[in-house]
Amino acid sequence: MITLSNIHKSYHTGANNLHVLKGIDLEIKAGEFVSIMGSSGSGKSTLLNILGILDNYDKGTYHLDGQLIQNMSERKAAKYRNETLGFIFQSFNLISFKNAMENVALPLYYQGVSRRKRNAIALEYLDKMGLKPWATHMPNELSGGQKQRVAIARALISQPKVILADEPTGALDTSTSYEVMEILKEIHSEGITIIIVTHEHDIAAMSEKIIKLRDGNIGDLIINGDLASFKKNYAKELQTV
Amino acid sequence: MFDIDKWQEIFSTIRKNKLRTFLTGFAVAWGIFMLMVLLGSGNGLSNGVGSNFESSALNAMWIWSRETSMPHSGFQSGRQIRFTLTDYESLKEMDGVDKISARYWIGDRVYSFGSEYGNYTTQSCHPDYLDIEKLIIVNGRFINEIDLEYNRKVIVIGDDIRKALFKDVDPVGEILRVGSVPFRVVGVYTEIDPRSGSRQGLIPIATAQALFNAGDRIHEIALTTHDVTRTQSQQIEADIRAMLARNHRFHPDDQRAIGLYNSFDNYIQTMNIFSAIKMFVWLIGIGTLIAGIVGVSNIMLIVVKERTKEIGVRKALGATPSSIVGLVLLESVFITAIAGYVGMFLGISLMEGVNYMMVQQAQQAAASSDVGQMTMFMNPTVDLRIAVSAMLLLVAAGALAGYIPAKRAASIKPIEALRDE
Repeated sequence: MITLSNIHKSYHTGANNLHVLKGIDLEIKAGEFVSIMGSSGSGKSTLLNILGILDNYDKGTYHLDGQLIQNMSERKAAKYRNETLGFIFQSFNLISFKNAMENVALPLYYQGVSRRKRNAIALEYLDKMGLKPWATHMPNELSGGQKQRVAIARALISQPKVILADEPTGALDTSTSYEVMEILKEIHSEGITIIIVTHEHDIAAMSEKIIKLRDGNIGDLIINGDLASFKKNYAKELQTV
Repeated sequence: MFDIDKWQEIFSTIRKNKLRTFLTGFAVAWGIFMLMVLLGSGNGLSNGVGSNFESSALNAMWIWSRETSMPHSGFQSGRQIRFTLTDYESLKEMDGVDKISARYWIGDRVYSFGSEYGNYTTQSCHPDYLDIEKLIIVNGRFINEIDLEYNRKVIVIGDDIRKALFKDVDPVGEILRVGSVPFRVVGVYTEIDPRSGSRQGLIPIATAQALFNAGDRIHEIALTTHDVTRTQSQQIEADIRAMLARNHRFHPDDQRAIGLYNSFDNYIQTMNIFSAIKMFVWLIGIGTLIAGIVGVSNIMLIVVKERTKEIGVRKALGATPSSIVGLVLLESVFITAIAGYVGMFLGISLMEGVNYMMVQQAQQAAASSDVGQMTMFMNPTVDLRIAVSAMLLLVAAGALAGYIPAKRAASIKPIEALRDE
């Protein structure tokens, strides 16, 4: 599904040149549930932005679903983001003057789906999240967990192949975080590829594969047996909370 | 354009920032309001002053005699020039002269009919005077050639005199005493502009000269030219001066020997001033408008800045740059169009209101004896064509005001927008 080879990315701020990604090689297969971890400044958000076609890269190649993503026009990038990718953000990023249903329906608006049809579909997805009674509530009338569930419904409505989540539980308390992760697992079980960026070990422990970034390189890949012990370590942490 | 979601978004941002939107709109509304008021006032001045030319033929000239200011042909300066019918005859034969009439003033006399009497001015003239002064005959006829030939004692009276002396009696055919001389009333005239008043008696010039022993003496000559350009009119003016200089042996360059008022030349000059004023008004109006438009542009920049994150989210969800541009542009055009319309409506309403009051006042003035005044201001309204073009200008300006902010919004990178936390 996703193949990165030798991806480099630097940021130029005035005279400073910040080399963030220093040659990332990575393959994520369809249907995988992957966490990207790393201390702040390790380049995990940058990597996610490149994966989400929100940012471009300087060197290397990035294939998404067999398609080379490079030097895309804004228009084409928008189309890819809309059809192949679903985004979940730490701060939810719901549009404040639209109610829950309209927020969920927004990706379909950009596909040109008629208002009535997309609102009906949005209701369906809200129902899946158990939020149907809140469909006409504005974002400021919802709790954090509800907001994130609305955001997940919004990410899913365009039936994307890949869900990209940037610290999806960063603004939530532990039990709500746990609920959100359950939902993500459920989505994963339907065959959607999920990539989350997190710095919380317990959250990462719930995924199938952990990519640890260190100074713009891939430090560790934790899979299989290692993952089992990782999970054992951090499952404790979960219970003590 | 008629996408309900776009409108919903525009309305919700406007609702969220009522005061800001109002202030922005106010700047535009004020700009267009001022433009309308200025244009209306400009039109009012132009119409008002223009109307003063209407009371007589546009291509008329009036010539009167004065004192020479230069010695010439053995005469000293300071000699009084006196026009006679000879001058009238020689000017009548000139190229370019159409209608012509001499005038001989008689001054105030008591007019009496039955037991009614009043003090009125009498002047004598030729039949062409009717067309030069653009008098309207409401009853009977004007003085004709036969009246002149037989020195008939006939008089054409102004409608104001008829009202004062004859009341309900039809004056045509009645005998009116001017001083002690009986005249037969043959007609009643009014002026086009009721404010000019019609308080004169007009008699044949030959009759006046005979009655008052004036010989062939005349006071003034009034004439109209054929349809000519301004330069031709000025040429005729020069020809007239030259001819009168020969007739009366004063220096051809002596400008003070005779008085000459060229109505056409004055009209063109005045209208030139007004077209300059009109241009100036547009300049100021558009300047005011630009200030408003810059305000809108400024506000839209702030709006874009404020919505950076939202725009980033939209882009992440698949919004194309053009849909973002459309959103900002539409909001900008919407604010300017609505505000502009309100400003235009108020401006036009104000000018129409002023016009209404002025029409009322003019009627009152006409009803009272407050006549003969110069009008400086009349019908200060803006015609629909200008209003519509101002409206189009506004929409274009709104689009322009929104363009830079919209471009900036479209160039927002989703990543930068989302980082903005």
